[in-house]
Amino acid sequence: MSIWSKTAVVGAWEHPTRFAPHMTPFQIHAESARGALADAGLTIRDVDGFFTSGVGPIGIMSLAQHLNLRPCYLDSQSIGGSSFVSHCLHAAAAIAGGLCTVALVTYGSTAASERFAIGTGGSFATEPPDHFEAPFGPTIVGSYALVAQRHMHEYGTTSEQLAQIAVTMRHHATLNPHAKYRDPITVEDVLASRMISSPLHLLDCCMISDGGGALVLTSAERARDLRRPPVLIRGGAEAVRHGEIGTRDLLDVASFQSGPLAFQRAAVRPADIDMCMVYDSYTITVLTTLEGLGFCARGEGGGFCADGRIALGGALPVNTDGGGLSSNHPGMRGIFLVIEATRQLRGEAGPAQVRDARLACVHGTGGMLGQRHSGVTLILGRT
Amino acid sequence: MSKPEGATYQKYLPRIDEESRGYWEALARHELYFQRCRDCGTKRFYPRAVCPVCLSSSTEWVRASGRGTVYTFTVTHQNQAPGYRDALPYVLAVVELAEGVRLMTNVVECAPDTVRVGMPVEIVFQDVTPEMTLPMFRPV
Repeated sequence: MSIWSKTAVVGAWEHPTRFAPHMTPFQIHAESARGALADAGLTIRDVDGFFTSGVGPIGIMSLAQHLNLRPCYLDSQSIGGSSFVSHCLHAAAAIAGGLCTVALVTYGSTAASERFAIGTGGSFATEPPDHFEAPFGPTIVGSYALVAQRHMHEYGTTSEQLAQIAVTMRHHATLNPHAKYRDPITVEDVLASRMISSPLHLLDCCMISDGGGALVLTSAERARDLRRPPVLIRGGAEAVRHGEIGTRDLLDVASFQSGPLAFQRAAVRPADIDMCMVYDSYTITVLTTLEGLGFCARGEGGGFCADGRIALGGALPVNTDGGGLSSNHPGMRGIFLVIEATRQLRGEAGPAQVRDARLACVHGTGGMLGQRHSGVTLILGRT
Repeated sequence: MSKPEGATYQKYLPRIDEESRGYWEALARHELYFQRCRDCGTKRFYPRAVCPVCLSSSTEWVRASGRGTVYTFTVTHQNQAPGYRDALPYVLAVVELAEGVRLMTNVVECAPDTVRVGMPVEIVFQDVTPEMTLPMFRPV
């Protein structure tokens, strides 16, 4: 029995805040739940499936109390910033399988107002592989930089090509009134920004903001009676990459596995996709993800991203909200990928609208690209 | 070779456990070892009790030459964590040993901006505390 196209995103809401020292993370979760349920035309009493992450190993129970939920299905999948994309995939399976009927996915964080140094703080992991890595000082930026350096070595990818990705995301952010950074930048600005971990400059890195959001999913059948145009879960898959047994090819990122599987399940091809939402933790993340998803061949990501193709008006607009590089990044960006894809497929993206967007590809990356990371791909489509 | 920093050492210290004890004890003797499965012959790093290829528990330790090449690297200019912030800039690298396995490390004893992918390197045993020695590498 296939689960594809049997469930839909029916409510989506992005919290407008980018800096909220006056709020708690749970408050952002709650306000986001309110926003997404209102968008769907449902109430919190309709929710019987609850999905969240970033709240600690068993924090989903505390958040369920905060929202006074009594779900019959819980999932706090925690695989980094891609977790919320994974929640949508799991919610689709749970709804199609009859384990719940209305799934609520929430996210909230005050990483910026807590001054949490996400990318350049120390390592806090203590599992067996960490003991062979953490002593040498890998930051999160550094882990992604290892992949960037190797990509440059194998394929001649340049800092200018990476910088063009940041420039494109900033251009998209100029169209988003909620984006944190809206002043246009140039390739020269990126290259002149200080080096954080070579070859990644400050402007190759996503920001740290506060924020949150929520999604509501239900069956495609029930979605027909709700107030918003349903956005179908057409296909999806997840993957993990790690150091293996000291043999890993660092350029073989998780999207090389989850992408083709998701496309196969959705019975569509990369050429059919109208717009793409990719976790842009760093510029290199976008480049390697698009290679893995099959929009270009391995090694061709630099040229693919640098010639205007991923900008609005190009063949494959990517991150039309400005992404984590320019709109918002409270630490785990996955939920915003699905929210913006939903806006696009409903035709609600305003000046950043991709004309007649019918099919979107979403890919979340979580963790540390050069060490252990997850990848979750979703294919979303309007009916 | 660096001097032991003893109690002043602020960086992350590995936890020695039953699966990795032989590895760390060899490093303290200034010897680098990796593992090989006695049943399927697969080499592996980091050390673990069960071969993930054939699930055998029969393991032998193989001494590495200590020679290798830089597979990839990054010059770290920002790290707020204690110990590391005082060592900036430093080179985080993945080195491929001559025997074929890759490990994360630091490239030391050279200017960070002279490190290149493919550069030949050799091991430096860094005694960071009286009990702990870390495998680092320097250009040959």
